Amino acid sequence: MKAGIVLFPGTNRERDMAQALRLVSGRDPVMLWHRDTSLPQLDLVVLPGGFSFGDYLRSGAMGAHSPLMREIRSFAERGGHVLGVCNGFQILTEAQLLPGALLRNAGMRFLAQEHFLRVETADSPFTRDWSKGDVFRAPLAHGDGNYTAAPDVLDRLEAEDRVAFRYVSAQGQDDAADRRCNPNGSQRSIAGVLSENRRVCGLMPHPENLVDPDLGATDGVPLFSSLVKSLVA
Amino acid sequence: MSMTVNAELAARFGLSAEEYQKVLDIMGRVPSLTELGIFSVMWSEHCSYKSSRVHLKTLPTKAPWVIHGPGENAGVVDIGEGLAAVFKMESHNHPSFIEPYQGAATGVGGILRDVFTMGARPVANLNALRFGDPSLPVTRRVIDGVVRGIGGYGNCVGVPTVGGEINFHPAYNGNPLVNAMTVGIARTDKIFLSAAAGIGNPVVYVGSKTGRDGIHGATMSSAEFDEHAASKRPTVQVGDPFTEKLLIEACLELMATDAIVAIQDMGAAGLTSSAVEMAGKGGVGIELDLDKVPQRETGMTAYEMMLSESQERMLMVLKPERTETARTIFEKWDLDFAVVGVLTDTARITVRHNGRTEADIPLAPLADEAPLYHRPLVHTPPPGRIGIVADPVGIEHALLTLLACPDLASRAWVWNQYDSGVGGQTSRRPGAADAAIVRVEGTRRGLAMTTDCTPRYCQADAHAGGAQAVAEAWRNITATGALPLAVTDNLNFGNPEKPEIMGQFADAVRGMGEACRALDFPVVSGNVSLYNQTSHPNGISTPILPTPAIGAIGVIEDVTKAVGLAMPEGCELVLIGEIRGELGQSLWLREICHREEGAPPVIDLTAERRNGDFVRRMIAEGRVEACHDIADGGLLVTIAEMVMASGTGCYLERPHFGTSLHAWYFGEDQACYVIATKQARELIDAAESSHVPVRHLGRSGGDALVLNEGMKLSAERMREVNGAFFPKLMER
Repeated sequence: MKAGIVLFPGTNRERDMAQALRLVSGRDPVMLWHRDTSLPQLDLVVLPGGFSFGDYLRSGAMGAHSPLMREIRSFAERGGHVLGVCNGFQILTEAQLLPGALLRNAGMRFLAQEHFLRVETADSPFTRDWSKGDVFRAPLAHGDGNYTAAPDVLDRLEAEDRVAFRYVSAQGQDDAADRRCNPNGSQRSIAGVLSENRRVCGLMPHPENLVDPDLGATDGVPLFSSLVKSLVA
Repeated sequence: MSMTVNAELAARFGLSAEEYQKVLDIMGRVPSLTELGIFSVMWSEHCSYKSSRVHLKTLPTKAPWVIHGPGENAGVVDIGEGLAAVFKMESHNHPSFIEPYQGAATGVGGILRDVFTMGARPVANLNALRFGDPSLPVTRRVIDGVVRGIGGYGNCVGVPTVGGEINFHPAYNGNPLVNAMTVGIARTDKIFLSAAAGIGNPVVYVGSKTGRDGIHGATMSSAEFDEHAASKRPTVQVGDPFTEKLLIEACLELMATDAIVAIQDMGAAGLTSSAVEMAGKGGVGIELDLDKVPQRETGMTAYEMMLSESQERMLMVLKPERTETARTIFEKWDLDFAVVGVLTDTARITVRHNGRTEADIPLAPLADEAPLYHRPLVHTPPPGRIGIVADPVGIEHALLTLLACPDLASRAWVWNQYDSGVGGQTSRRPGAADAAIVRVEGTRRGLAMTTDCTPRYCQADAHAGGAQAVAEAWRNITATGALPLAVTDNLNFGNPEKPEIMGQFADAVRGMGEACRALDFPVVSGNVSLYNQTSHPNGISTPILPTPAIGAIGVIEDVTKAVGLAMPEGCELVLIGEIRGELGQSLWLREICHREEGAPPVIDLTAERRNGDFVRRMIAEGRVEACHDIADGGLLVTIAEMVMASGTGCYLERPHFGTSLHAWYFGEDQACYVIATKQARELIDAAESSHVPVRHLGRSGGDALVLNEGMKLSAERMREVNGAFFPKLMER
């Protein structure tokens, strides 16, 4: 699996992402610069976390208009795989490669804590190494993670099995109204979604920070091993 | 206000009559406004350390593993495998009261620059915070802003905030303390220093543009606060963590080349101090052309530009033939890059603006004749030991009261706003171990880091308190299994012109020095913050508690061998060290009996060293499942914290009494650790043969803390009590 990580000014989780990809796939990803105007031959493009352009406008809004995003859009249209985590998810929604928007957290504070996600579908190249209903830990680190979309968009996401992850309690229960289950107030507790062709995935939490047994936990590994399985063949 | 240069204006700039006379003597004429500004900031307490220098010189600063001690932008310590840890702690107290968010944010930004200036990638931030009475609305406002500011800056630059401490006391009502620490990692053969060299070499300005913010910030932080503090808001700088992030990446990219001769961040006193210090250290002259300085506002004067404390700026001396390489890198990162001057052989700083010479000062006297004071000091005699104190409430009530009190309550509400995982190397997050642990990228090594101080001990006995702060930092690093290496200090005190404050300062530094020597724990960097004092309308001025905050680092060769607080079931609990039941200045005495009295616990540095070295050896030998030192709240709070961290309960046997039950459980005896082990027999034998005091306490299991005397508290209940304070205070 050949992966490329996109660097915007203000990206700050590229090293974490590179480490996770290296650890699980055994291959070094290449680093891409937001001003590049062409993509190398890749199986996967990753938009990592951070504060692209300081997020001084809307989170991800500036990044979505970087020159490389035009290439990434056509890569996705050709069926390429794209993963956006945290700020990367925000950029993908701003670029309309994924539906919805990420608003300020309901509590109006930055959330940086370990939380629990439930896998809502195993039918995607990002989630096939999990089973539907699996609950795993993942760190949150965002100020704008409150997933929001029009009711018909949400209905359609659910009908098409495109909700990838939901925020849940440690016991796996979802309750959108309870901040202990759904800390940022996301609609229908949605933490991650898939594109129509299921090859673009965005999520707010950081599985890339839980992949190394030497640092105590490997809850995030299936995201990357799923991709390796899907993209190596 | 009139800007005619005379003794009166000098006084307003914070120079005494004698200091102004010295300026006249050096210059041989009346200085220009810009020159007076340069003298006043360079000779401010903040930049010159004029009251503290004679005492700081007594601290030990050397060890075989110290690469650079005090005098550089940050301390540099060898951590093995060709790598060095670069670290420092610095205060941003005064700005954080006036404008908590920006004050704290720019505090983080400033200390980050001190570290990456030396070629290190910042890998961790910590902090040490002191707030006033939590029941006051102003305290809530300050906490909210400071926590948001630290998070807002650290989260955005992508440096994990992994540790820190918080205390509350009414002495900080009008003067909270925000001390920020950054730790970075560099190659030992790629450390960048600030001494300028090479006559004719270009002086380059990079980063943000210069504005009118922060003018005379260094002077402000060298004066007491009064009721007009809020009017000083315009002197607080505004931070831009996004630009800082770009600056980090651009500087590290440039540092991978060989273009840089010298580099220094523009911190307090901005362009003035960076230019003066770089040229002064290198023994060269410097000429600045302010027309070339990137400016955010129009019509700025030379005085304003030289004194601006606009953030996210650096000054560099480059090899002339590499200037274009450097320009390309900074332009890639959308940062300003301007050649603003040149090194000269004049040994003077010359500042030109609009075709005029605005300043022309000989550098040597500006540094060498900076005021140095042996301020008069009065030692405060330490209080006597308290006598026997009866237990008015019982063990269970006391434990619950302590777990709920502001100084011991869970800090999760705070930590959960700080990204502690970015970078992908965090091994122990805040609260998981006595020190935070971050793996050194590309190795198995871990850096252990902590900040510590117990101001109430320092208030009672500054000498003992100074030693205790160092000992506790050393102990916290030891309790994870890491070897403590070195210290950065942040000495926060009141007005040094008051002899009793100067006495506190001198005593605390003496205590710190003794502990550092006994523990082979040299001081490699630091910062002094004086005048932390509030003047009230009635003419009375009150100081903060003396707060010599200690930041420390250690190294563990294999990060997977480090231990934390959480213990599994089926362990034996063992006490290392001796409990005599020290209730003087304890939290129990304050929270249960409402008395802040007596002598703080005895510091026995020989026992500290012996017990700590033993604990570290046991961890290295794999005999320890969990470890926690005894500190605020005493033995029972220590064990309760281990139970809350793991959810695993424990049963404690009836103690052997040399003391009363409550003194045994809540005394704050030093040099003590609680260890959870599955090899109790071997560990106890090893302790006995090493003459280390050891005692079996009980065993882990179940989900409650159970005492032989009958108390039973579930982990769940204790977590609830412990977790209530911050959310209740801040989210109402």
